[in-house]
Parts: sequence; C-alpha cells; structure tokens
Amino acid sequence: MKAGSALLLSSVSAALVALALTAPSVVAADKVDPATDAKAFQNFFFQKFPDVKHEDFVNGPYSMSEDMKRQWQEKEEFPPYEFALDAGKEMFSTPFKNGKTYADCFPNGGNGIRQNYPYFDTKEGKVVTLELALNRCREANGEAPYSYVKDEMASLTAYMAFTSRGKPMDIKIPDDARAREAFENGKRYFYTRRGQLNFSCASCHVQSPGERIRAEVLAPALGILNAMPIYRSEWSGMGTISRRFITCNSQTRAVPLEPQSDEYRDLEYFLSYVANGLPISGPGARP
Amino acid sequence: MKRTLTLTMLLALSLAPSARATNEADYKAAYAAAEAASKEAATMRNQWTTTVSTLAAAKKAGDGGDFNGAVAAAKEAEALAKASVFQATSEKEAWKAMEIR
Repeated sequence: MKAGSALLLSSVSAALVALALTAPSVVAADKVDPATDAKAFQNFFFQKFPDVKHEDFVNGPYSMSEDMKRQWQEKEEFPPYEFALDAGKEMFSTPFKNGKTYADCFPNGGNGIRQNYPYFDTKEGKVVTLELALNRCREANGEAPYSYVKDEMASLTAYMAFTSRGKPMDIKIPDDARAREAFENGKRYFYTRRGQLNFSCASCHVQSPGERIRAEVLAPALGILNAMPIYRSEWSGMGTISRRFITCNSQTRAVPLEPQSDEYRDLEYFLSYVANGLPISGPGARP
Repeated sequence: MKRTLTLTMLLALSLAPSARATNEADYKAAYAAAEAASKEAATMRNQWTTTVSTLAAAKKAGDGGDFNGAVAAAKEAEALAKASVFQATSEKEAWKAMEIR
C-alpha cells in the first residue's frame, strides 16, 4: 500500500512538473500579438524622432540627418541604382526559354506588388520572400536560380520595387499559429545578441539610429526594408535584403546564415510587418 | 651538500612536466576540444567568425609543426566557441529585455 501511494505520488509530481514546464510555452504562443507589437514598434520611433515625418523613416539615414538628406536628394537626380533598374526591367520582360516570363508567376503580372512581400504561405507553412519567389519562378520555368545577394536578383527586385513606389507596405499575418510563430521567431532574431561584438540588430537600429558608427549614420529599423534593394557605395554595387542581413551579421563577427534560411525569412517577415503603412521607396541608395 | 643536491633534483623533476616541449599529441587534444566546442556553437546557429579563423590558424600552425602556436590558437578558439555557446544560451531569454513593448 505504501509503495503504491509512493508510486502514485511520484507520478502526480512528475505530471505536475511536466505541466509546469509546458505551460509557459503555451501561454507564450497565445501571447503573440503582431498588431500590438507593430503599433508599439512604430510609436517608439515616432516618439523618439518627433520631427521626422512618418513616411520619411523609409529613407533610412537620410531621415536622421538634414545634411545627408540634401546630398542624397541631389544624387537622386542621377541615381546610382539606375543601371540595375534598367537591367531589371529588361530581364523582367525577357521570356524564359519556354516562352513564359516572370509576369506569369506573380499576381498582377508582377507590377506594383512589392508591398505584399514577404507573405506567409499557409500551404508550405513558411514565409516566402520576393527573392525566393523570383528564384522559384525561374526554377519552375527550367531556369537556374540566381545568387540571392546581388547582381541579377538585385536588378529584378529593384525593378519590382520601383513599380510599387509609394504603395504602403501591406504584410498580412493569417490566422495561423505557424504564421504567428514565424513573426515571433523573426522578432526574437531581431533582438538577439550575436557575434563576438555581442550586438543584436536592435543594438544599432533601435538603440542608436541617427548615431554614427565610424563614418556612417545608423538607419532606424522602422521601414528599413522599404528601400530595398539598395545601391551601397561601400559595396560599389547593388545588394538585396539577403545581402544586408549577411553583412550585418558579419559586422558583429557572427558567421552569417545561408541566404533565405528560415531565420532570415522570418526576420524579413517581422521587419516588414512592423513597417506596415509606410511607403515602398526602393530601390534605394546608401553610403 | 647532499641535502641541497636532493632538493635541486626534486625541484628539477617537479618542473620537468611544465618545461617539456608541446608536442603533436598536445596539439591534437587541444584542437579536438576546440573543434567540439565550435561544432556545438554551429549547431546552435551562433558561430563566431573569430572562432572559425582562430581554429584555422591553429590547424595551419599544427600542420606546419609549430605546436606551441597551434595549442595556443586552439585554446583561444575553444574559449571563443564556449563564449558563443554561452551567448546563445543566455540570449534565449535575455533578448526580451531589449524588446520594444
């Protein structure tokens, strides 16, 4: 009898411990509230920089410095990304070997849709970025995928961003636990410190926008992807969102992840969602 | 005199292990420990570039027969890898402190 009671007691204890261990994660999943997060995120920047027009945050460092802004506006008369824009337009309309084009892969023929990317694909259960969708389009039509970080991919996304300029970012999070989890994962990635320098994305782009890091002025995280892809003088060329994430990781002395890894896709989902309502301004130019 | 000689011999013997030259086996052991820690960091998706480069430097020194340099680099790589594992572990909760709410 005593042995039986002891066994029962230990089983109940084990069950209670198991419940206690699982309970927090259940509560955490229920607590994911992207709309509230996005509101808080935007309010943080609006309050931190009350003189910056809301739609101006998408211009990154230029929204933080009047001097830089004037220089940039002059540069925009002959924008350094123009060659990529022209190449992207031509590539977009050139048929694949099977006669189809990119337009066949996207809603509205691929025109003016940048603001809807990335989206959460409920069939796949994952985030699909514009870069990923472009390569999937190529592969579905018998073409080899492009590098995710520059050249052709940057040209294509530059053209697609250009056809969407001014349209407010409009990222949806469907009523799907996996979509909320992807948003939460992206948020966690954004705030997690990594690399030998122990920096998170937020260390620079939340805590220090407008401050200088060496010769550069740090951009605010709000709307940071709306201007992508960008021509960077530092790169002497164009770069995609993938390239930006990889460079940021390297700069903190963290080994970057693979382009279009789940983590980067979720990070893009988070950053794009919290910028909802702000206009697409890509392609952009940065020092 | 006899006592002094004995003490000197004992002292010499006690110092012998630390004075012996670092050999290939020491390097291999240090490298294996560093590599194991580095793999753990990679599994956690939190590898540091400095771990990779320091581990490569250890291998280069070891391959070149510079076992002193190789062991020193391997130990540094192991320390870096362990620091990155600590970072990944602590950040599982610590990231929330930075979150905009």
